Amino acid sequence: MKAVEIEKLSKEYGLLQALAEVSLTIAEGSFFALLGPNGAGKSTLINILAGLTRSTSGRAAVLGFDVRRQWRQARRRLGVVPQELAYDPFFTVREMLTLQSGYFGLGRENRGWLKELTGALDLEDKIDTSMNHLSGGMKRRVLIAQALVHRPPVVILDEPTAGVDVALRRQLWDFIRGLNGKGHTIILTTHYLEEAESMCETISILNHGRLIVSAPKSELLSRYSWRQLRLQLLPGSSLQLPAGLMAKKQDAPEGELLLRLHREQDQIGGVLAALEQAGVRFSDLRIHEPGLTEVYTELTEVGPDV
Amino acid sequence: MFNFYGLYILFAREVWRFLKVSIQTILTPVITVLLYLLIFSSVISRSREMLPGVDYLTFLVPGLMVMAMLQNAFANSSSSLFQARMNGNVIFILLAPISDFEFYLAFVGAAVVRGLLVGLGVWLAAGYFVWVPLRHPLSALLLIFFCCGSLGALGLVSAIIADKWDHISAFQNFVIVPFSFLSGVFFSIADLPSFWRQASHFNPFFFLVDGFRYTCLGVSEVSLSQSLGVAAGFFILSSVWALGLLNRGYNLRS
Repeated sequence: MKAVEIEKLSKEYGLLQALAEVSLTIAEGSFFALLGPNGAGKSTLINILAGLTRSTSGRAAVLGFDVRRQWRQARRRLGVVPQELAYDPFFTVREMLTLQSGYFGLGRENRGWLKELTGALDLEDKIDTSMNHLSGGMKRRVLIAQALVHRPPVVILDEPTAGVDVALRRQLWDFIRGLNGKGHTIILTTHYLEEAESMCETISILNHGRLIVSAPKSELLSRYSWRQLRLQLLPGSSLQLPAGLMAKKQDAPEGELLLRLHREQDQIGGVLAALEQAGVRFSDLRIHEPGLTEVYTELTEVGPDV
Repeated sequence: MFNFYGLYILFAREVWRFLKVSIQTILTPVITVLLYLLIFSSVISRSREMLPGVDYLTFLVPGLMVMAMLQNAFANSSSSLFQARMNGNVIFILLAPISDFEFYLAFVGAAVVRGLLVGLGVWLAAGYFVWVPLRHPLSALLLIFFCCGSLGALGLVSAIIADKWDHISAFQNFVIVPFSFLSGVFFSIADLPSFWRQASHFNPFFFLVDGFRYTCLGVSEVSLSQSLGVAAGFFILSSVWALGLLNRGYNLRS
């Protein structure tokens, strides 16, 4: 069973094509990142899954339940943490969570889980505080708790760490990783590529409403075929490079040499020998292996707008 | 499968919300209506006979009750939903397995409860000045249900269509208030020039006021069955409008 199945999903707003025939599957239990620049269609995709937006064409299902035809079953299986810090100003944290759990048809029998949830998210001290009087970080935690009141097997987090301080961010990631460990499928959008790289197993990148890539992280990273060699030059070192390396030279500060090398074709040993022969003398060297940022930049052709 | 418990909780949330601010939502409208009662009854002779055997003050109270009920039923659903839209917290309802119809029932149900409480408050408070009987309680309840239900549904419509608070208050001040003032709350439409008398028969609020007056006093200008018929029709039309917008997801689900 797939946690999420999307087939040729399109969404048009007038002339704007927000999503163009996106097809995608997300395995149950996976930790999945949905990346892309602002306006790439991430939120549209999430909103279609959540039933907040209606697709123009195509099909989307959560754990096999079509989000349009079997919307009740689909929504019971999906928890969404929205990007905006929306809250109900009339109620306290406890009241909000009790109401939200009630909307899903869950009454007293769910109290134990709500208690566990507020404990795990460190909300106990503020449980009877009005939403109006909570700090931004606290409101973020309440949003997460609200999305989880019905123990959804599939959880979508739309930029959960935007505007969150380092300590809370780490705490949230621990919590989310814990959820994933208990079998929840996690779908995450973020602009912090390091976070996506360190947490997610599968990565998808959207751009201009199209799915550019969806692959396991390791496979994605290996697709990028360049790495950088940075040399700290010794005084008096020659700057004459062998012809084969001249084209690979990149701009570097005074006293350094920077080469962009092909992962398979340019072997470090061979390159160093050639440099030695050309009279290039260096005191130190560093190799920078590409990360998600490089892959992302290459695939979207614009820098991540963090 | 109907989500009864979810509907009940959403309804309870709506009632709970207005009870949390009951000074504004119950007490203030009751006091406002009492002021109308004081002012109009001191300006217009109490002993004037408005309908056969009905003095002005007794005539006034049922009309004021209906006016208060319909204005508050409208205010409840419109302000609650519009605020939830503006704050963004409406999405917590939209993400839940609650259908359009359940959504409608919860909001309209809460509007009826608020209207009923305000009407009851006006009745009891006015009882200090004049005791208005309730001769036909079942018909009265039915009429109150249609009245508050229609305005609750229209409140949903305006909260869905509006883009800013200005639009809500425009609807309130340019539609609800004039129609309720011109519905024969303060005067008998028999006293109006013939054009305005005819025009009143196109104002559904007139039938709500007149019909409710009958259920209290046993006398009215048009028959109760006609008033009930118009009230039911008005309720159905408002509901169809609200449900149609909800079904399209207009301004709620893009």
